[in-house]
Formats: sequence, structure tokens, C-alpha cells
Amino acid sequence: MSRQLLKGNEAIAEAAVRAGLQAYFGYPITPQTELLEYLSLRMPELGRGFVQAESELAAINMVYGAACTGARVMTSSSSPGISLMMEGLSYIAGTELPVVMVDVMRGGPGLGNLGPSQGDYNQIVHGGGHGDYHCLALAPSNVQEAIDMTAEAFDLAEQYRMITWIVIDGLIGQIMEPAELPPMQPLKTSYPDWATRGAEGGRKARLLKSFYVDTLEEEAVNIRMLKRWQEAREHLVRYRAYYMEDAQFAVIGFGSAGRIALSAVRAARAEGIKVGLLRPLVISPFPEAVVREVADRLEGILVVEMNAGMMLDDVLLATEKKTPVEFYGRVGGNAPLPDEILEEIHRLAKGPLTTSGHPRDRWFNRISKNN
Amino acid sequence: MNIRQEMEMEEIIYRRPSTLTELSTGYCPGCTHGVAHRLVAEVIDEMGIRGQTIGVAPVGCSVFAYKFIDVDFVQAAHGRAPAMATGIKRALPDRIVFTYQGDGDMISIGTGEIVHAATRGENITVIFINNANFAMTGGQMAPTTLPGMKTTSSPLGRDVEQMGYPIRACEVLATLDGTSYVVRRSLHNPKNIRMAKKAIRIAFEAQARGMGFSMVELLSTCPTNWGLSPVQATKWLEEKMLPYYPLGDYKVHPTLSDLKI
Amino acid sequence: MQTEFVFSGFGGQGVMFAGQLLSYAAMDDGLHVTWFPSYGPEMRGGTANCVVIISDEEIGSPMVRNPKAAVVFNLPSLDKYEPLVQPGGLMVINASMVNREVGRDDITCVRVPANEIAEKVGDKRMVNMVMLGALIANLPIVPLSSLEKALREHLPQRHQRLLPANLLALKEGSVYLAEKAVK
Repeated sequence: MSRQLLKGNEAIAEAAVRAGLQAYFGYPITPQTELLEYLSLRMPELGRGFVQAESELAAINMVYGAACTGARVMTSSSSPGISLMMEGLSYIAGTELPVVMVDVMRGGPGLGNLGPSQGDYNQIVHGGGHGDYHCLALAPSNVQEAIDMTAEAFDLAEQYRMITWIVIDGLIGQIMEPAELPPMQPLKTSYPDWATRGAEGGRKARLLKSFYVDTLEEEAVNIRMLKRWQEAREHLVRYRAYYMEDAQFAVIGFGSAGRIALSAVRAARAEGIKVGLLRPLVISPFPEAVVREVADRLEGILVVEMNAGMMLDDVLLATEKKTPVEFYGRVGGNAPLPDEILEEIHRLAKGPLTTSGHPRDRWFNRISKNN
Repeated sequence: MNIRQEMEMEEIIYRRPSTLTELSTGYCPGCTHGVAHRLVAEVIDEMGIRGQTIGVAPVGCSVFAYKFIDVDFVQAAHGRAPAMATGIKRALPDRIVFTYQGDGDMISIGTGEIVHAATRGENITVIFINNANFAMTGGQMAPTTLPGMKTTSSPLGRDVEQMGYPIRACEVLATLDGTSYVVRRSLHNPKNIRMAKKAIRIAFEAQARGMGFSMVELLSTCPTNWGLSPVQATKWLEEKMLPYYPLGDYKVHPTLSDLKI
Repeated sequence: MQTEFVFSGFGGQGVMFAGQLLSYAAMDDGLHVTWFPSYGPEMRGGTANCVVIISDEEIGSPMVRNPKAAVVFNLPSLDKYEPLVQPGGLMVINASMVNREVGRDDITCVRVPANEIAEKVGDKRMVNMVMLGALIANLPIVPLSSLEKALREHLPQRHQRLLPANLLALKEGSVYLAEKAVK
């Protein structure tokens, strides 16, 4: 296959189709709607399931039902819609079903705006729905990564029996870049032994539920889920490092913030500042061991996010506050421009740096002077 | 003559449907969930569709439908069973998919899902149990609670000025073009139970023929939360519920009226 | 080495497609490229713009504060981007829609009567191709032949009958050379 100029949202949709997506259920919301629109034509054309649901609430429960059959299923939405799906997601997690979710994040809270944001980090990485569960979350920062990660998300979801997220924002959703789509995979023909597809041939009936009246039974289910999560923490460590070999400083950022930081890091390098970039590709589980390991070699870290420092807390936990950390964020549906991050790199390189206090407080004090 | 020979001579007229598990009922004495479960199991047996059928259990007393009806089952979030059934049916269009929902589940928190599943003509079957209250949580007011009826959250009786009027689900859903079969039956006596079974059979047959959304509403008793004995409860259903919720066929696709069951 | 372009104008002037065509040409020439649109409500409010970045290495930010070149299709776009173009950069101005001079003398400006040329070519929808032709003539990041090839391959099927007019418009635009070359 040759490279094509593809829009992020549509590329994810087609990548899912080629990964063997069997049913999609969604609801329109900007800046995700191209995904729904694309699949409204593509899925029926291939004889596969597509429903534009009456709400995100219904959409996620359609996903829940279809996932019970062992089929490859997906939905997509943007922040306010994702909030509405949280009930269903908790049930899906509790039923230990593989499902692929796409969140094209936008500014918030509330109805917010359509601008690019990373404000759903905590909702996705640290919870969202009720109860003890974890999700896997992949954070592409360009169209090719979005394609590759979407294809892999279905495998990961099935391998770990976990909700697997593709977390982007309007910037990655709307951008067009050259990228290559994978070949069309055949649809699944064999299904796991838990799938409720009808008890054919007189086999024992199966039950899929997230309801355990016996608290000890529920505890056992929770521990089983936790075991898979621990396996993911050990094995699913993905990141991309730029200019890290001789780096004295590093910027850490994911998705859009990560790629924007790359421009700033290059500009700083051109000035002779030994700064690198660590861009986590998997944000849940957060690559804490990697951050801890690089932190030991660094004089200072700058975390850049399009929120008020959500991943920052994970970085601070990983560094155990042994390495100075600074933070720069844009909130409310805004993306930083490279020169803003470059200025923060200058501040980092100039020092003085500290491990005391909280980087969010220092950032907040700086921006409050201007607001 | 030993017992075996004796049995061979007898004609068996009543037995547990093979699609009903052997588990003893966990429902309250006089509750008609058990009757409704049995009717569904009998229909599945008669149609020979146990291996193709997937049930969706709701939240409420009847979540335990999965313990008694021996088919593949999934358990939905409160009110979302029609959406979940939609997902299953779209992934497996050749299977028979049914939801089993109470009134609190279906027409309170799940109003959006049931209305849209019906209007899409989703090819699923809904067994709708109307006992005029939220039973599992201890008898609170439901959308189906009758005017003046006392519940734990309408202790002075449902005041329609403050709490609005009951919803008649069949009458509402029958207006939607996507529906093929929408009827109301009752489980308060044997004659009505037989009519209910026939309706459940037709509803499943409608789905098997790809005719779109089918629903059988079953007026049911809840002696515990009504504060009545089982016998009083059936009487109360007949005297109080039937006038407000008239039994009958609200939508029957012409093809189905010719169906010989 | 990367070069940033902004295309800006009214909705319906073909601003987005001009940026896309440049992106296709860059892609076909084996370069890294990003096309990033303004999106959301403003998309339907009358103004449209997109940023195209072309580079020989992985592109970081798809947005830029100071582009190398701005292709402005109307007066509001000139007002917006005139202060932002990098010193030594380029502005391609649709002279048919702009009634004022440019205040800066540290950038190169090309004034193209794009509406009149488009009408001369036979279709007023060709304004975007005229502007793109002028851009590439003054900042040849890809050769004109790559744009022509991209047009042949990526003009939507429903517009294929307009291919000759598009090609002609590109060429007509490309004869507008600034007196001062872009640095």
C-alpha cells in the first residue's frame, strides 16, 4: 500500500474496519463526527453492523451488547459524550469485555468548546466510571500512529479483556498527513468460550454480568482483573524518545502536546540546550519505570500538557520527587505553540531548579500574573 | 406394577420446560415473575430455539431471569437492556434476542432506549413486566404506579398534581412505525396466563420472521410491596390495574393476525 | 528544514483545497507534510483557514505562530496574517479582494488579481488555483509539475471535468513573480 493523505478521524475509522471491526455504534459530536459519518457508509457497504444511537448512553450499551458476542466492536465520541458513557464503561469493565473506545478530546468542563484538549486524562487513565477497574489507553500524536494503534487496540483489548482507548484531540482528529493503511484483515471466525452467541448444540448456557451478590465472589473478580492490569503494567510499556542520549533535561508530553513539544525541543537543541523529549505512546498503564529511570540521569524535567497537570501527578509519583520537575499547561481547549514551550525550556535550563513545592503551584502562580 | 410402568401409563400433562432451570424460585410468594419466566421457557422449547436465543436481564427483581431461563444471558445496566439487545442483534442478526424488563427499568430510566429501539424497528422481543412499582428497591413509585396508589416514595398516595400520571407503555409504543406487535396481557388467572403465552409466542415468531420490534406487556402482581396476600394481590390487579391498563392488542402487523399458533 | 504556509479566506473560495493540493504534491515528492484546518463553528461562519507544513523530517507542531508564507484570499485574512508572516517571508495577496497596500517592507508580496484571472480562465471557482500557482512560483518548495500531477490524481471525481481549467489557472497564477525574491 502506498501513502495517502488521510484525516485523523477517518484514518482511525478505516483502520478499525481493516482490523476487523464488526459493529460500530455512535452518536454525533464535534470534533469526532467524521468517524461516525465515515462508518455510516463504510460498515453497511461491507455488511457489518452500524447504528447511530439515540444517545451516547445507548451507544455504549449497544457496544456492551455486541461485545458480549465476542465481536470486535468500537464506539467513538468526544469528552461530554464520553462522560455520558461512563456508566456503560464501568459495566463493560466489570464484565471483563474487550471494547475499543476513541475519545477525541475537547475543551471543558461542561459543554466546553471544540478546541483540542487533554482534559480527559484523569477520566480515562485514573477512572471515570464507578468501581475498581483500569483501562488501557494509547495516545497517538500523528495519523500513522493513530492507524497503527487502532489496529493494535483490538488485539490488546482481547488479550487483556480490557477497554482499550485511543485518546486523541481535535488536532489529531482533524489533521491530514500522509499515512499508510494496513491491509484488510478477515473477520473473526472463532470466538472465545465466554461469548454469549446462543447455546448451540445443547451446550451449557453462558452468562455475562457485572453483578455479584456474593461480595467474596466480586472480590475474586476484581483481583482477576487486577492481575491482568499488573501484567499490562509490566509488558505494555511504550514511548518514543527524541534526543535523549545526551540529554540533561527532558520534556515529557503525550499526544498533541508531545508533538508540539518536539518543535520546541529542536529549537532548543539548535541553541545548544541539551534537551530531549519523552513522548509516552501508552498512557495507561503510565510508563512509570521508564520515567523513573530517565529521571535519575536528568537535571530537570518539564511536563507539558493541554490540561492543568494531570499526567504531571503520574510523573511526580514516578520520579519520587528526586528530580526537579516543572510544568507548563494550556487549559480550556487550547494547544500551546512551540515558542511557549521553548520559553519554558529556557526557564528549565537557566534554573534554579527545586524538588520542593509543587510544579503546578509554580505554573499557576506564573499564569495568574497574566490572567 | 412398579413406578416406572405406572408412569408409562400416565399421560404427562405438566412438566418443567427444559429451558427452565431446576432452581427453586427466589421470588416472593405470589409474585408472577415465575409464571412469566415459565411462559418464556415454554415458548423457547416449543419453537426449538434454545440454542439460538440470547436473553438480556435488566436491573430490578427480574435480573435473576438468567438464573431460571436456561439460555445464554447478559445482564444490562438499569434501563439499557434494549440498547444492549440492539448491540447483540446487530452483531448476530440470525439469533433470537429478547429483553425481560420491569416497569421501573423500562419506562422510567430506560424510556429513551425502549422508545428508540421500537422506532428503529429493532428486531428484538421485549417482555415487559408491569407491577406498578419499583419492587427490588422496596416498593417505590414507578411511572406505572396508579393515581392515588401508596408506595414507599408516595406514602400518601400518588398525587398526579405533584407526581404526574402513569405511562401506558403499549399505547405509546404502538404509535411507532417500527413496531410489529405490541400487546398487553395479564397474569392474574389461568385464562389470561394462556393468552399471555400465546402472545409471547407470537412476539417471538414476529422476530423470527424479521418483522421488527415486538413487545408483550404482562400485568403482574407484587404482593410484598403492595402489602397484600397473594390472593388479594391477584384480586387487586384485576380490580385496579385492568381498568387503567386495558388488556388488548395495540399493534398487530397484518401478517401476524393470520398466524396459526 | 521546514516551511509553513497559511491559506486563509472566505468559505467557498477553495482555501482548504488549495492547502490540500499543496500537501498532496509534497507527499508525492516524498516530503513530510501536515495539513491542519480551522475547525468547529468558525468553519461555518464564513472564514476558513488551514496551515500546511512541509519538512524533510518528522513534523512536530502542525500549528505555527509565524508562517513562512501566507496566501490571503480576502481583506480580513490580510489584516490577520500581515503581522504574523516571518521576516523575509512571503504574502500572496488576492488583489481582487484587497483594497489596501501592505505596510511591511521586510516581507515579499505578490499581488494577484485572482478573481479576474479565474474568470478569464472560464470559472470563478479557480481563484484558489491561481493563488497556489503564484505561491509556488515565488516559493518553489515543490515544482509546479508536482501540483499538476496532484491535481490530476486528487481532484475529486465530481470535479474532473474542471481539470483543464484548474491546470490553466495554476499556470496563469505562476507568472506573477515578485520583484523581490523570497529569502
